[in-house]
Amino acid sequence: MPAANDPIPSVQEVKNTTCYMCACRCGIRVHLRDGVVRYIDGNPDHPLNKGVICAKGSSGIMKQYSPARLLKPLKRKAGAERGAGEFEEITWDEAFATLAERLGKIRATDPKKFALFTGRDQMQALTGMFARQFGTPNYAAHGGFCSVNMAAGMIYTIGGSFWEFGGPDLERAKLFVMIGTAEDHHSNPLKIALSKFKRDGGRFISINPVRTGYSAIADEWVPIRPATDGALLLAIIHEIIATGLYDRDFLVQYSNAGQLINVSDTSDESGFFVRTEVPTEEACYEPQDKLWWDRNSDRAVVTHTPGADPYLLGEFKLADGTPVKPAFQLLQERVRDYTPEWAAQITGIPADIIRRLAHEMGVTARDQKIELPIAWTDSWGNEHDTVTGNPVAFHAMRGLAAHSNGFQTIRALAILMSLLGTIDRPGGFRHKAPFPRPIPPCARTPNDSRAVQPNHPLDGMVLGWPSDPDDLFVNDDGSPVRLDKAFSWEYPLSVHGLMHNAITNAWRGDPYRIDTLLIFMANMSWNSTMNTAEVRQMLNDKDESGGFKIPFLVVCDAFQSEMTAFADLILPDTTYLERHDVMSMLDRPISEFDGPVDSVRIPVVPVSGDCKPFQEVLIELGTRLKLPAFVTPAGERKFRDYPDFIVNWETEPGSGIGFLSGWRGKGGEKFLRGEPNPNQWEMYARNNCVFHYELPKSYQYMRNWNKGYLEWSQRNRITRYAEPILIHLYSEVLQRFRSAAQGKGLTRKPPQHLRKRIDTYFDPLPFYYDSLEAQVTDKHKYPLAAVTQRPMAMYHSWDSQNAWLRQIHTHNYLYVNTRTALQQGIADGDWIWVESQWGKVRCMARHSEAVEPGTVWTWNAIGKAAGAWNLTPDANESQKGFLLNHLISEELPGAGASGRVSNSDPITGQAAWYDVRVRIYKAEAGEAEQTSPQFEALKPYPGMKTRGSVLAYVGKLFK
Amino acid sequence: MTQLALVIDLNVCVGCHACVTSCKEWNTSGSAGPMGDQNPYGADPTGTFFNRVQTFEVGEFPNTETVHFPKSCLHCEDPPCVPVCPTGASYKRKEDGIVLVNYDKCIGCKYCSWACPYGAREFDEQQRVMKKCTLCVDRIYDTSMNEGDRKPSCVKACPTSARLFGDIHDPDSAVSIAIRESGGYPLMPEWGTHPANHYLPRRKTRIRIHLDELERADNPLKVDRQLPRPAMNEPTLDDVTTW
Amino acid sequence: MHPAFSVIFLTTLIGAGQGLFLALFTAQSYAAFKLLPQPDAHAFYGQGSLLALALLAGGLAASFFHLGHPERAWRSAAMWRTSWLSREVIVLPAFMGAVFLYGLAHWLDWHPVLMTLPGGLPVDPTAILGVAGWVLAFALFICTAMIYACLKFLKEWHSPLTVINYILLGGASGFTLAAAFAAVTAPELVGFLAGWAAIITVLGLLGRSASLYRNARLKPTSTLQTAIGIKHPRIVQTTQGFMGGSFNTREFFHGRPVAVLRGVKWFFLLAVFPLPLLLLLSGMQGASGLLAAAFVVQYAGLLAERWFFFAQANHPQNLFYQSIA
Repeated sequence: MPAANDPIPSVQEVKNTTCYMCACRCGIRVHLRDGVVRYIDGNPDHPLNKGVICAKGSSGIMKQYSPARLLKPLKRKAGAERGAGEFEEITWDEAFATLAERLGKIRATDPKKFALFTGRDQMQALTGMFARQFGTPNYAAHGGFCSVNMAAGMIYTIGGSFWEFGGPDLERAKLFVMIGTAEDHHSNPLKIALSKFKRDGGRFISINPVRTGYSAIADEWVPIRPATDGALLLAIIHEIIATGLYDRDFLVQYSNAGQLINVSDTSDESGFFVRTEVPTEEACYEPQDKLWWDRNSDRAVVTHTPGADPYLLGEFKLADGTPVKPAFQLLQERVRDYTPEWAAQITGIPADIIRRLAHEMGVTARDQKIELPIAWTDSWGNEHDTVTGNPVAFHAMRGLAAHSNGFQTIRALAILMSLLGTIDRPGGFRHKAPFPRPIPPCARTPNDSRAVQPNHPLDGMVLGWPSDPDDLFVNDDGSPVRLDKAFSWEYPLSVHGLMHNAITNAWRGDPYRIDTLLIFMANMSWNSTMNTAEVRQMLNDKDESGGFKIPFLVVCDAFQSEMTAFADLILPDTTYLERHDVMSMLDRPISEFDGPVDSVRIPVVPVSGDCKPFQEVLIELGTRLKLPAFVTPAGERKFRDYPDFIVNWETEPGSGIGFLSGWRGKGGEKFLRGEPNPNQWEMYARNNCVFHYELPKSYQYMRNWNKGYLEWSQRNRITRYAEPILIHLYSEVLQRFRSAAQGKGLTRKPPQHLRKRIDTYFDPLPFYYDSLEAQVTDKHKYPLAAVTQRPMAMYHSWDSQNAWLRQIHTHNYLYVNTRTALQQGIADGDWIWVESQWGKVRCMARHSEAVEPGTVWTWNAIGKAAGAWNLTPDANESQKGFLLNHLISEELPGAGASGRVSNSDPITGQAAWYDVRVRIYKAEAGEAEQTSPQFEALKPYPGMKTRGSVLAYVGKLFK
Repeated sequence: MTQLALVIDLNVCVGCHACVTSCKEWNTSGSAGPMGDQNPYGADPTGTFFNRVQTFEVGEFPNTETVHFPKSCLHCEDPPCVPVCPTGASYKRKEDGIVLVNYDKCIGCKYCSWACPYGAREFDEQQRVMKKCTLCVDRIYDTSMNEGDRKPSCVKACPTSARLFGDIHDPDSAVSIAIRESGGYPLMPEWGTHPANHYLPRRKTRIRIHLDELERADNPLKVDRQLPRPAMNEPTLDDVTTW
Repeated sequence: MHPAFSVIFLTTLIGAGQGLFLALFTAQSYAAFKLLPQPDAHAFYGQGSLLALALLAGGLAASFFHLGHPERAWRSAAMWRTSWLSREVIVLPAFMGAVFLYGLAHWLDWHPVLMTLPGGLPVDPTAILGVAGWVLAFALFICTAMIYACLKFLKEWHSPLTVINYILLGGASGFTLAAAFAAVTAPELVGFLAGWAAIITVLGLLGRSASLYRNARLKPTSTLQTAIGIKHPRIVQTTQGFMGGSFNTREFFHGRPVAVLRGVKWFFLLAVFPLPLLLLLSGMQGASGLLAAAFVVQYAGLLAERWFFFAQANHPQNLFYQSIA
């Protein structure tokens, strides 16, 4: 209560912004009392979270006022080792001067000696643009070690993917199958939808080695061995095809199922679709020049010829004698031997359950059809009175993705979803703008090392979507141009790069040495790297001349992470409550099924200490380096600051396309396209920080082939072409690489040592193979698969410094199936060793009945290095908590030029976190009851707040 | 007479702890605060929370259920913690049935916590008084808030809306209907405390598929000649017997 | 439960004080009926009351350490209609007052005959104060014990045996102390007091054994099944929701291995009963050293007994706090 004698009453305010306690991006209301955060709750008017908030979002206060925050720019003390955490305060002027001088020299000589890798940031459009403007190809965000298989596997198949770009339509689904998902990025929306789905009587099946999180409330839990999801999905496809439970009409019209493929043994064209002679312009869409074998006329006709209906099965001969088969026929042949009994041995799931899963999916899809009275027109001009839905929805994430066989597994999933006729239909999978996009999307990296030139922007995108070998970014001899070897023959479709190999490659000088590595918001010396202990040594390793092998290391982060200790220069970032941000259509917006949505963050509290948002750092650096996008032709500063940049920057002068799509045009009257609006930020602020464009109903479904939608999308410059996007049951893109590996055709050919690898894994139809790690592991010696899951109350390594959240997860255990543990004589709570062929870790075991017996698992990133995140050196996180990363190697013996390859998917370079195999045994009596390995404790850096021994947070008390 | 309560739906609770920290966040800076934390950045951090989410494993692999179980004060209709309080600091409000602690009267003897079979009360080491869930009594009647916000912080936060809030004495309230129709039950009914908070059990949806549903007249394999009739020359009974 | 030393000292000290007073007044009553010689009232009743008062005050002081806000302790008399704790808070000072006045009357040799009972027994203020004190002593035993015995879900406590044992064990230690005290101040009463001390100690053994026997056979009323409302024989907690401990893990668990519990039990069974008995019987003839030893041993045993009393009580809330992860 306000005291009667106090003249100044408390000022209470509520400000809207967007959460960033994880990547979900919920709308939040920040309640302030005299300028101090008193309460953060969900914004009820926000389309994403509709007023709810999670444990992390509710603990934002403890992040804002955390003693782990970096508050001053710091430079490593002269003579101090990297990792020792010995720093001195400097000014931003000095930091900028140092950077501008060093980067200026690099740019003027060899731009690729500057590498920029960013973590779980939400500004990849800006960071990628900075790298491109700088002229370096060495840029990626964390996608390569996150879920690039999910993005690539689905986008190369259906032109869209889970999470930001699409998801399960639980509003209308009757059966929901979640596979390889524990907690997820799209966290609150999925929780909202799941609960509604269950209450509406939907059936929820979870396929996962572990039953936690969402799986807990599944109607049925199907435990599966890690890395075997592909076998399960292929067996389900087998059963669906064998029983005729696929949606034939959907496949005929909307996929390449009926398209004829040359199956001649001798032709260079073998494995490719046969095409009509109609010449088409070279563009990034699929011309409709392929053939069906028409059932009515019993001859080859151009696809979608009115009145034609193709055979999906059979073998035919073209007039010139070429033997051809429809893609679906090849798929049927592919899965012929993938019987449920075969998959049962691999997955550990009984064959009758696999069969039942297939039947539940197929019968639900077929017999519970939804007909919505929405008229729409398809790409071939056929008018439809209704939109049909087959109400079976799927969701999948890293459990499928983070394996070296993940790409083909996810292809199998996308094909299964397509067989059931559920793509962009009610109750199935729904796209979110700016997807669907052509398969593959049009962005391309340069394909020639000459795209990297001193003092010039990179001639092409920093990341892209190769469609054939000629799109690879390789030198004339086929060797990689990029430091991480992305878009090279080793990982041709590494569309998100391979951040997880950047440090090892730079340290080894393979493919080359670099000068400056700038890491933003990624804990690459701890939980975001494989082979943690050795990577820490690499970061501190010196060459013969006494210089660091990675000469200059800059880290921008808001917190004293393990990584910051290795920096030569630390740039203190702000928290999410102190900055402007955009969740842009150019990046990964927060679109809904019904239309594009983008959103912003607006600062609600002043910047702490000398912190500076990373975007401001990039714009300042870009201006000082005179990168064309940031300066006028005369070389003058173009943008005052980041908010000014966001408002005024356009993809090209006058394009009307910028970072934000809402309230464009001089008065804010336009959307998606329009000239810059000086009041755009204010308009977002007045509208819950969100712009939401709801498409007309008739544009909301079937968007791969919806003429109205595609033309709308083209008019608004979301896409360049309005051609239909047919589902790739059969992937000709993969076939192009395989064919090159077989020495056929006119495209580039892989180097000899990689030919077998390409030939094996670039199979145009999904297939199952043992993970690369399993292929080089003695499975009798290492019988268990080890995986991690992310707890719902923590986001990666971010929250151990959060006084409230760390009480929930203070350290982690290794969960072991009770029987598996007892076989090893391991009691609940015992100290044990977990050992892989790459390393070992001492930790504590917890018995569990909710884990498949061949799997052990733990929560991700709870374990910390002593003293990091400004915890006391005896904190549980470092003494009892542990990282599984020590057991995982970033490289495997393999077909790479050096006899090594990244421990990644051979197609996409996706980090194979979940392939590691281990054994467990009891620690000896008398061993220290402490996790191993241990590292020397970090000390707090200059300028940080001291941590208190008690906390009694009240915000600002009422005056 | 009104009895406000939470009804917690275990059928949809995914164990995300949103209710745990949103409660802490509201209440530490609210009329029930501060809620102290000891060793917030050191070994064995501990602090006052009014609400916790626990996890239980029910059954044996592979028939295991993982049950997330949020627990806070149950606002018993016959609260054993109230009569034992020597000072009257613990009390149950007549008007809405909320069980509260008056911090100014509390001497911190902890006896009320002994008298609670549920472990719902927490002694705050900073303020040296007993604390507990207030059902956000400083939110639910605050007319300066929008009506939609006038509910406990945990209820507002819960992403799966697993927490329902209302008057269980009103037979037409959402909570009463949920208890009645979805099998709501109280915890430890054996003690006769009549908890106002109730829990809704897990419910399972199953699909029953008859074998004859697998193959139908419109089976697409027929279109592609994959379910052909037997050839005329295949053997039949006609070949071997005359009856 | 977590045994709090403040409460252990509170209950054992006031128990001994109550017992001592009862012993004093018992002796006085016997003396009034000429069944015992009249001791030196100044020394025995006066100083004895002072000693009892000291024990009570010590117990009261210990109780303050249990409180989060001792300065508000005065508030705790408010709810005497419902709370045994409140009643204890009222009865304890009332009893102390009675003991004080009783001792004072003896000290001042204030013996005006107020009335004469049939049979010619004169009644003086010490007799009235003594009866009042006697009633209050029992009331206090009941209040103290009922604080525990009334908690129905602490089944180890929820029994008339709790009240009986508080009376018997407080009485035994008080009488033993009285015997030792008498050895110095009123040797003629030693045999009587030691005898009663021995008898009450034996009764105490019976009472405490009965409660141990009962407690060993208790079936918990609440189970994990009723605690979370799920019917399945195998339910295991994987996490209680926090890892660094909380009030729930500190207040309701003794936190010691079972072996410690067993050791403490055997220690108190020896130290409260047979050892003091032996010492009492050997000291029956007035050996003050042996009798003092009997009290010291028995009191130490009672500290252990009280520790065990708390530690053995299994609170149903513990069902919710079994595992961290």
